[in-house]
Amino acid sequence: MHEMSLAEGIRGIVLDQARAHGFTRVTLLRLEIGRFAGVEKPALEFAFDVVMRGSPAEGARLEMIDLPGRAMCYDCLKPVEIDDRLAPCPLCGGGRLLPEGGDEMRIRDMEVL
Amino acid sequence: MCTVCGCNDVVTADGRKMTHDEAHALGLDHHHDHGHSHDHGHDHPHHGETAHHHVLDDHPHDHRHYGEGPAGVSVPGMSQARLIEVETSILAKNDALAQSNRRVLNALGVLAVNLVSSPGSGKTTLLCKTIQALGDAPLAVIEGDQQTSVDADRIRATGARAMQINTGKGCHLDAQMVGHAIDELRPRTASYLFIENVGNLVCPAAFDLGEDAKVAILSVTEGEDKPLKYPDMFTAARLAILNKIDLAPHTDADIAAYEANLRRVNPRIEIIRVSARTGEGMDQWLHWLKSRLEAKAA
Repeated sequence: MHEMSLAEGIRGIVLDQARAHGFTRVTLLRLEIGRFAGVEKPALEFAFDVVMRGSPAEGARLEMIDLPGRAMCYDCLKPVEIDDRLAPCPLCGGGRLLPEGGDEMRIRDMEVL
Repeated sequence: MCTVCGCNDVVTADGRKMTHDEAHALGLDHHHDHGHSHDHGHDHPHHGETAHHHVLDDHPHDHRHYGEGPAGVSVPGMSQARLIEVETSILAKNDALAQSNRRVLNALGVLAVNLVSSPGSGKTTLLCKTIQALGDAPLAVIEGDQQTSVDADRIRATGARAMQINTGKGCHLDAQMVGHAIDELRPRTASYLFIENVGNLVCPAAFDLGEDAKVAILSVTEGEDKPLKYPDMFTAARLAILNKIDLAPHTDADIAAYEANLRRVNPRIEIIRVSARTGEGMDQWLHWLKSRLEAKAA
């Protein structure tokens, strides 16, 4: 979708954190990405390499951790986990599921020098 | 095998794959892509003056270095690299600006509606007709497009105040752009603010602008499966307007299938069938707007 904007968001957070914690280099940056976040990982990796140039995270390794997709089934009224946005309810087979999580896009932590 | 560190893995240097010793020979900065643990996450310069980073991985393969960190010494119990817990959303900055917009709009009792759709669904025509139908109700419009002020010109022709935002290469409006537009437009108290987003069913779903509701416009010529193809937008929307309903009898459009697919991706979505051209369904849409503005301004 807008991986360039996401990379710019990451850069802003890196710069804020560098000021707050007084580090000059990020060696590893770990993201948590929900299954429903719609993030195209190769596109984000590419954007990350480009956008981090000249920042403390230039050359940092990027690791992405998948978070499960969670939804409320409007047929059996139970919270469920699904892999695919259009998957049926794993409990009752119903097709009306409202996502309740899995759209996360956040920085979990950074390894810094 | 690399003559420098004895590793024979493929690395990424200068955006391309090559063997480790090639990277050293060429003097390129490179990343190791191999899956074994070096148990350190620090920068690791060899004699060749080429900086590279070892990848931390779960693969059990013991291979430890000491005293090669920036300080050049090993201090037991003290890692040269630190781990900082961040736990911050990548869009945190946008979300904070959106909250700030929301506070301003709430204080003014302004109802902000973020109109989202594919290009060509009839957003601008619907908006022009809506403005005419609202008569002298105070309102303002923010128009988002990659280029041109054509849409803002169309809105201004109705007599409404409008501001055009050109996003350039950008595929969506963000909270900062909208915040600046709110400052310029200075919406009146108890008024409507219509934000016509860039025609795009993907990116605008993720960007909160501080609006009260996203309204997705879907025209009956776009295909019944569109909500399934682009579920995020229809999940984020409070209301779907099924526009150009006057064309339905002339096409093979299956209106029941449109609505079933909308409810499949968002069981809570409200749906109004509208034709901006003939005026069908406009009363229902205007009632939706008026009742929300009254609730907000109360």
